[in-house]
Amino acid sequence: MEAFTTHAGRAVPLRRSNVDTDQIIPAHWLKKVTRDGFEDGLFESWRRDPEFVLNQEAYRGATVLVAGPDFGTGSSREHAVWALQNYGFKAVISPRFADIFRGNSLKNGLLTVVLPQSTVEALWDLVEREPNTEVTVDLVTRRVTAPGIEADFDLDENARWRLLEGLDDISLTLRHEGDIADFESRRPVYKPRTQAV
Amino acid sequence: MGRTLAEKVWDDHVVRRVEGEPDLLYIDLHLLHEVTSPQAFDGLRKSGRRVRRTDLTIATEDHNTPTLDIDKPIADPVSRTQLETLRKNCVEFGVRLHSLGDAEQGVVHVVGPQLGLTQPGTTVVCGDSHTSTHGAFGALAFGIGTSQVEHVLATQTLPMAPFRTMAVTVTGELPAGVTAKDLILAIIARIGTGGGQGYVIEYRGEAIEKLSMEARMTICNMSIEAGARAGMIAPDETTFAYLRGRDHAPRGEDWDAAVAYWRTLRTDEDAVFDHEVVIDAATLAPFVTWGTNPGQGAPLSEAVPDPASFDDPTDRVAAEKALEYMGLTPGQPLREIAVDTVFVGSCTNGRIEDLRSAAEVLRGRRIADGVRMLVVPGSVRVALQAVEEGLDKVFTAAGAEWRHAGCSMCLGMNPDQLSPGERCASTSNRNFEGRQGKGGRTHLVSPQVAAATALTGRLASPADLADVPTLAEV
Repeated sequence: MEAFTTHAGRAVPLRRSNVDTDQIIPAHWLKKVTRDGFEDGLFESWRRDPEFVLNQEAYRGATVLVAGPDFGTGSSREHAVWALQNYGFKAVISPRFADIFRGNSLKNGLLTVVLPQSTVEALWDLVEREPNTEVTVDLVTRRVTAPGIEADFDLDENARWRLLEGLDDISLTLRHEGDIADFESRRPVYKPRTQAV
Repeated sequence: MGRTLAEKVWDDHVVRRVEGEPDLLYIDLHLLHEVTSPQAFDGLRKSGRRVRRTDLTIATEDHNTPTLDIDKPIADPVSRTQLETLRKNCVEFGVRLHSLGDAEQGVVHVVGPQLGLTQPGTTVVCGDSHTSTHGAFGALAFGIGTSQVEHVLATQTLPMAPFRTMAVTVTGELPAGVTAKDLILAIIARIGTGGGQGYVIEYRGEAIEKLSMEARMTICNMSIEAGARAGMIAPDETTFAYLRGRDHAPRGEDWDAAVAYWRTLRTDEDAVFDHEVVIDAATLAPFVTWGTNPGQGAPLSEAVPDPASFDDPTDRVAAEKALEYMGLTPGQPLREIAVDTVFVGSCTNGRIEDLRSAAEVLRGRRIADGVRMLVVPGSVRVALQAVEEGLDKVFTAAGAEWRHAGCSMCLGMNPDQLSPGERCASTSNRNFEGRQGKGGRTHLVSPQVAAATALTGRLASPADLADVPTLAEV
């Protein structure tokens, strides 16, 4: 995973709540067996509308997405995170994320930042007024800054450390292989098995 | 202080607990399907890792599979590639797989329970959000992303952040004609699509205890639609009776030991939930959705709401956008909404009891002219059982299509899809924009409401059918 320390870029205001993962990447894109090439599927249905915010010239090349509450609800598809990253987003800001999406994003180095609705609205107003505004998302100081806006955010220390270092979860877990083997030796015999091995 | 059911199951699976780090949790059962696994197997290959516990892993094909002509090659080359990739991966890594055409194939969340693999007190994961279904057995079951699928394949564990606990207590008795689907839709409308965020919900109370295993699975299945990580119901005699004798249920002394443990899986009297919701079952009625998220629902007897009636500005905007997409006007009675298609199936309502209840409504009647109805069993076993009971004949005599097992029209990944603007009463779990096909409009309903709607051509419940003649009367 690519490490995340700080990022500065222009932001896209997505004035919608309940942006579900079917909107982020529709199901027919999920037939691919790779982790890349999902950028054209991002918000595919909404992008057919020329007025949709991602189609506006002013937001071309923006790297921070600012959305309404309950972003990433629905399906567990990690393809939603890959699509956002393939398109070029480095961070998503929302008042509330769905759990599975949040977990997926942090495992891929896409920083998901929870800020209060009032701050999200201030960011929307700002980048709608001044699309060239640079928004900085700093994981080191856990702070989002933009002209006239300064907002601290929470992220648990362990998740932050893994992002800052770009650490691979599986390697971290396998450092405790002995604990896993110990646990396995104590599992009750009545636990289900799918096949004899 | 006492512990909740969820906390007990969690504690029994902690491999490693260190201050400041997520708990490392052991996973008892890992279910796989073709959509969220290819990149995970790729990751294993690239790092030279194997599947740690092939005996705790099982795969099935469901999302991409067609429900017609299953003996012919799959027409869509991309779908075919994805299924072939799963088959190759399962051979290479030694994973048990039930492919299209196999007697145990079906929707992954129908297959696990019917094989007896889903058991009380286990941890169950799958790269699919509706893994919450398995919580009906008192398992801690949650959907995971592909990175986590790879993690479980490689280590049989997951580092998991702590959760909060919520009790949803349903008191009293469900009125006649009100089903588990109506109940869960009402719960989601009450707590909202984000209301369960960070929580494991335990459903309890008299109305829940009286539910069958199938109905409990319907409830737990849609926990994710309330934003919850998982939903659970304490195991009881209903659970044990369902499991006894199933292929992978324990036998003999193992059964006795397992049941003795399972009986301990109840929330202690003095346990405290972080949040509690109480619902009086007697107040419930058949429930349908009118919008584009599962929280946008109302009793069938009501009308499409006016967005202006929502106090919260975010909800108001969401309702405006939803009505525009759904082609509905405020004040329109829900019972007057005409549908083009009716879908009965999915991991929410594709089990034998669901098919029985839809068939009961249809028996001896014909669906309305111009309406197409798809009935899709959740698994091959469910299909065979339905045929044995003659339900397939009831469906086809009514004018419905009887299909092969799979996810079908629940999501737009296989040939069963809605066309732009097409309106569907669906027993599935998501009414998102385009979920059932680009531009399709979805109303989430119970199997009974689906069947009654097919007969009248408008959203209806069995209580509305007094004027619909049976074939004998025509």
